Amino acid sequence: MSGGVDSSVAAALLVDQGFDVIGIMLRLWSEPGQESYNRCCTPDAMALAKQVAAQLEIPFYPIDAKNVFYDQVVELFIDDYVQGITPNPCLRCNRHIRWEFMLNHALAFGADFMATGHYARIQKKSDRIQLRQAVDLTKDQSYVLHVLDQEQLSHARFPLGEYAKQEVRQLARDFNLPVADRHESQDLCFLGDGDYRDFLTRNSSQAITEGKILNLDGETMGEHDGLAMYTIGQRRGLGISSGTPLYVIDKDTERNSLIIGPKGHLYKQKMWADIVNWVSISPPADPFQARVKIRYKSPEEPATIIPLGTDKVEVHFENPVRDITPGQAAVFYEDDICLGGGIIRKSS
Amino acid sequence: MLNNSSIFLDYASTTPVDSRVIDVMLPYFNQSYGNSSSIHRMGQQAENALEESRHTIANIIGATDKEIIFTSCGSESDNLALRGVAFAQRENRNATHILISAVEHHAVSNTAIQLGELHGFDIETIPVDQYGLVDPEEVKLRIRDETAIVSIIFANNEIGSINPIHEIGEICRSLSVPFHTDAVQAAAHLPIDVNSLNIDLLSLGAHKFYGPKGVGALYIREGTPIIPAQTGGGQEFNLRAGTHNIPLIVGMSEAFILAQSDHDERNNHYSHMRDLLLSTISETILETRITGHPSKRLPNHASFAFHNVDGNTLLMMLDAAGFACSSGSACKTGSPEPSDVLLAMGLPPEWALGSLRVTLGQQTSSEDLENFLDTLPNLVDKVRQLNETN
Repeated sequence: MSGGVDSSVAAALLVDQGFDVIGIMLRLWSEPGQESYNRCCTPDAMALAKQVAAQLEIPFYPIDAKNVFYDQVVELFIDDYVQGITPNPCLRCNRHIRWEFMLNHALAFGADFMATGHYARIQKKSDRIQLRQAVDLTKDQSYVLHVLDQEQLSHARFPLGEYAKQEVRQLARDFNLPVADRHESQDLCFLGDGDYRDFLTRNSSQAITEGKILNLDGETMGEHDGLAMYTIGQRRGLGISSGTPLYVIDKDTERNSLIIGPKGHLYKQKMWADIVNWVSISPPADPFQARVKIRYKSPEEPATIIPLGTDKVEVHFENPVRDITPGQAAVFYEDDICLGGGIIRKSS
Repeated sequence: MLNNSSIFLDYASTTPVDSRVIDVMLPYFNQSYGNSSSIHRMGQQAENALEESRHTIANIIGATDKEIIFTSCGSESDNLALRGVAFAQRENRNATHILISAVEHHAVSNTAIQLGELHGFDIETIPVDQYGLVDPEEVKLRIRDETAIVSIIFANNEIGSINPIHEIGEICRSLSVPFHTDAVQAAAHLPIDVNSLNIDLLSLGAHKFYGPKGVGALYIREGTPIIPAQTGGGQEFNLRAGTHNIPLIVGMSEAFILAQSDHDERNNHYSHMRDLLLSTISETILETRITGHPSKRLPNHASFAFHNVDGNTLLMMLDAAGFACSSGSACKTGSPEPSDVLLAMGLPPEWALGSLRVTLGQQTSSEDLENFLDTLPNLVDKVRQLNETN
């Protein structure tokens, strides 16, 4: 329970359905001095979560996860930027913090299931449990949940999967929860109010090593402030004047160089991903058609998925796709079933 | 799984109000509700109840009536004792040295810290032994001409150890330094005679002995230099301003009578169960230490440290399993810090984080204890497994 609308309504729905419910809040890591900005576990958020738990007459336990969150999420977030890739820390948080650390706690408390306020659905199909998209596709969070395994899914409950966000807000009002009008948390919790660039500047000198901006022919076009400060597809803020608009096409970590070029080079037809987790199906042997999301909020693109062993894939898009970003997850869908996903390594 | 009935094993945190205490309090809420400072008969009734209560408490601890000051809680009593005496001593004779032990309740230690940081007092902390006990000789060594007050806890809340109050008091008396003791835990179980124990100031809180929350008292030996910590009207001999909370004061007095009668019988009952806890848990759970003294401890108080256990997680699991316990230092924010008291006793942090306090009360049955002893080892195992996997 984060004190937000979603987890509060999820808890209320479970209580309503007659479950014995325990509320758990994770106390996550905040940058020293920024504790009151952390989006998911400020003292205010905790006060709200407690209030909701008290109203629902369920016990509420805040669990310290600072160290494990720092080690498994924040440190790797910084490392990834140092490596020149753009991480999605929510994936590691779901894999290691929510669905490992917190699930282990919940099970140790004697729980049979752990429910979260995620928008997603699960369905048992013969011998496997499938992860499905939420009814409200604009809120669907199966993208970050693709990291779960069957054991984790067997304990998972997503009470909000059948509801639209507006319905959830209405439920919060119907349940008379004090959180109905709380605004959405958007950014990464541990960045507080700041930008990830400021965070990196404060926390990793390595991630902000200045270097050269090169064009596609390898000619020096200018200086960059550190590869981590740029995203693939970025156009503004490069400090380079040119007749045709220039975009960040790639990051060459070997040479600490930012590669820029015209828009056409942003479109790629192929990409490769590893650390693939097949959440809803057995690892496939043969190529198959699926829709692919290359970022949490990107549209689904039709593609052919070619398995390379059990945990790597090559992806051929039907149409060229813009801004494929190493470090983000590629997640595969068939109908509303989230088949699995992995981490994008490169594209061409 | 989730056990919705709860067995309360946290009587050192607070106690239920005895029904006999409630009965004597009730008329003072809406029948004899006068202000004890008023001239009229309603006021006189209230004043009479106030003074009877004061007399009762004074009588029990061997004090005179005007040596008892009613406050809102034990913490306030500690604050008045330290601030009041420290400022008076500095004013009177420029004494700015304050001696406290390393295992004081935060009401004393944090007050002393503030007196040091904001008001320039010199705060010296007396170390404790492995049981959390103060050696009177260590007090003697540290008292100086400019020592304003010595404050040593009677029985510690976290570990239950009972300090040699009589001996410490004797030393302070011989060196003419005011001696304060926080007896908030001790008063629920131990006979208290401020004269034979050589105590100059003594803090009490009613809710630890089946009285109401929100009322306490400070005994101040006549002649002790002190100024008020809370100013306003002239209540409590000009030492504690504020309209008297008569129902709570009456309740405290009644509860104290009950607490201080039949000690022995009750304590025998408790100490038998306490010893069962101490021995059984030491035997059934690996890597367990008893914290505090094995025998010089409160009769209802058992406390432990488990190696490599997150104490907060254990408390949450115990709660889910239907047992309300404590670690001794309340932390509800989920940010575990090892307890100062346990560290002061020389416990390494990986032990100090895994503390558990089990305190018994009038409602505790042998059956409750058996259930608890059956449940605890399994839960400690689970917490240790969580520690390993993460």
